[in-house]
Amino acid sequence: ILFGTTDYIPTSSKGRDLFGYVGIEAVLDQMRRKTMKAGFEFNIMVVGQSGLGKSTLVNTLFKSKVSRKSCTPNYEEKISKTVKLQSVSHVIEEKGVKMKLTVIDTPGFGDQINNENCWEPIVNYVNEQYERYLKEELYVNRKRRIPDTRVHCCVYFLPATGHWLRPIDVEFMKRLGKIVSIVPVIAKADTLTMEERQEFKQRIRHDLKANGIRVYPQTEYDEDPEDRILNDKIRENIPFAVVGTDKEHQVNGNKVLGRKTKWGIIEVENMAHCEFANLRDLLIRSHLQDLKDVTHNIHYETFRVRRLNESNLTVHGLALSCFPMENGTNRTNGTNGTSDRSDSESHL
Amino acid sequence: LMYAPVLKRIRYLQPFQDKNAQPLTLSGHVGFDSLPHQLVNKSTCQGFCFNILCIGETGIGKSTLMDTLFNTNFENFESSHFEPKVKLRAQTYDLQESNVRLKLTIVNTVGFGDQLNKDKSYQHVVDYIDTQFESYLQEELKIKRSLHNYHDSRIHACLYFIAPSGHSLKSLDLVTMKKLDSKVNIIPVIAKADTISKTELHKFKIKIMSELVSNGVQIYQFPTDDETVSKINTAMNGILPFAVVGSTEEVKIGNKMVKARQYPWGVVQVENENHCDFVKLREMLICVNMEDLREQTHTRHYELYRRCKLEEMGFTDTNPESKPVSLQETYEAKRQEFLGELQHREEEMRQMFVQRVKEKETELKEAERELQGKFEQLKRLHSEEKSKLDEKRRTLEDEINTFSKKKAATELLQGQSFNANTNLKKDKDRKK
Repeated sequence: ILFGTTDYIPTSSKGRDLFGYVGIEAVLDQMRRKTMKAGFEFNIMVVGQSGLGKSTLVNTLFKSKVSRKSCTPNYEEKISKTVKLQSVSHVIEEKGVKMKLTVIDTPGFGDQINNENCWEPIVNYVNEQYERYLKEELYVNRKRRIPDTRVHCCVYFLPATGHWLRPIDVEFMKRLGKIVSIVPVIAKADTLTMEERQEFKQRIRHDLKANGIRVYPQTEYDEDPEDRILNDKIRENIPFAVVGTDKEHQVNGNKVLGRKTKWGIIEVENMAHCEFANLRDLLIRSHLQDLKDVTHNIHYETFRVRRLNESNLTVHGLALSCFPMENGTNRTNGTNGTSDRSDSESHL
Repeated sequence: LMYAPVLKRIRYLQPFQDKNAQPLTLSGHVGFDSLPHQLVNKSTCQGFCFNILCIGETGIGKSTLMDTLFNTNFENFESSHFEPKVKLRAQTYDLQESNVRLKLTIVNTVGFGDQLNKDKSYQHVVDYIDTQFESYLQEELKIKRSLHNYHDSRIHACLYFIAPSGHSLKSLDLVTMKKLDSKVNIIPVIAKADTISKTELHKFKIKIMSELVSNGVQIYQFPTDDETVSKINTAMNGILPFAVVGSTEEVKIGNKMVKARQYPWGVVQVENENHCDFVKLREMLICVNMEDLREQTHTRHYELYRRCKLEEMGFTDTNPESKPVSLQETYEAKRQEFLGELQHREEEMRQMFVQRVKEKETELKEAERELQGKFEQLKRLHSEEKSKLDEKRRTLEDEINTFSKKKAATELLQGQSFNANTNLKKDKDRKK
């Protein structure tokens, strides 16, 4: 393909075998180095009624005092008229990898007597972050690195009732499931026996399906068969039944994180006791990057499409039709203004 | 197979200095140290894109060097020296090394330096580079876009082949490189370096670099901010331009087959660092800095293009009062302006149309009147003629009548005289 004048489109590529070592695979190392140097951002939102153990769980997940527990809320504090979102950022480092972790808490959610529209402040917050990012992306002079405050993951806490999803759960997850990746968890799962837990999970999964609620990982975004197999396993197991704590106890000579009760110690990281480890692995060890990618490539893009269409901004079309091209013609009608019209009229 | 320009993630890559984020100590192993691996795994699945532009005179060894660099056999075309203008030929290949898939595009200039008048030689190259930027920009500006699926065709590295004259850069070289240095990462190489001796080479390199500096040409600098590679990169920056020799033919040296060029006076081994800088080029271009080349293309060269293009189209971030204006506000304003102008033009055209219709109407009426007039005139003429004719006929008829009468009279007379004669003859005959 010779490019001599105007448009050039690369054609289909041909395969070539390498006769010897070139060093292309070194690019993986290069990438690793660069990403480690730059650090990562992760924004996680926790939603649920007070007392479900949100802050404790986050602290357990990140092995540090990320969230301040609202242990003994005053009576006055409880009666806040709206859900107020609070976001706290920390920089944590592990083996040279730096991460800026932002936890967005939603105190007041579901706590009111009248909880109609309690999801609105949350929906607004999520959209505001997308809006902020979009704005930065549209600048002529943009930052080298656009600060990412978008919510990558929303952990929704379901009380361990053992029955079904409540109306507030359905309403919330329906709405938020469209704009953010929701990971539902069964909170304080140490009140359910194994059988109760399984039944509860089945009912929840049924309810989710019946209401058309899509939680993470969504089937549509599986990238290849391998992904699908992996994610199917996760989907068969959600919502994870979790227990959180920051206290350590001695079990069989080892120090473990656990909740001590009169009838035994619930080991948080023991997969036989609860699914905290599964949640941690999903959120942090295996799917963190994927959560960010889904947020960026799918949720954000969906928002962007909607937003640009709303303002009747045909960004592309506007860029083309608004401004005359170099030779003075307008792309829309391709004429040089009025002169052509008069010619056609003379044929009356 | 999806080839994502992994650059999508590289956008995040700047160390964050957020005053609002407090550092926190972890009391145990959390596990996010696997993040770089998660990222790299994703990229491995999706593959990488790398695009090299080779600029150099015909026959200087561009294709051979590419074959040698990537240890394979690309499709090579021998070009004639009689191309009327500079063209670019791009070919894309799928390469794989262990689990890394690379979509490599090699763009070669065709006919560079062959024309008598090389004034516009650089223009096609600049245009090509700009076109790739424009493509990306258009995709980025689309409402429904798929950037992570987009085949990134932007040039990540430009190898500029300098002819081994041993003296200095040609003016074509300087002009071309100057036009390209703000658009692409330029890595100058001295081609066919086996024709220069070591001492000449040293002097040549110094001359080239000083000419580049004095002309303000910004070539690509290997990055020195990362401790892991800063040492080697700094050293390599001092060895530029790389003196390279390319060869896909192998010669037996000792008990090994090596890539080399065999001469009667000796064998130039491509991968022998004493003979040429080929290994260094491969090291720098591929093994150490491929990712940085891609990042620079995206965050520096592309951003510059985008900024210039948008400013050209009239977008700014601040309005005349120096208040920040979102691109959307600018769009809205421009859109209103555009709509207003459109309306105005429409109005103008309508007026013009109405005017013309009136004119035509009057014209037609005129014509009609004229025609009518002519018709009347003709009618008059006709009736005049008719009456004249009638008169003539009457006259004729009168004459005919007169004539007939005369004729009748004459005949009568003749008849009488004949009778008289006949009677006379009869009488005469009787008398006989």
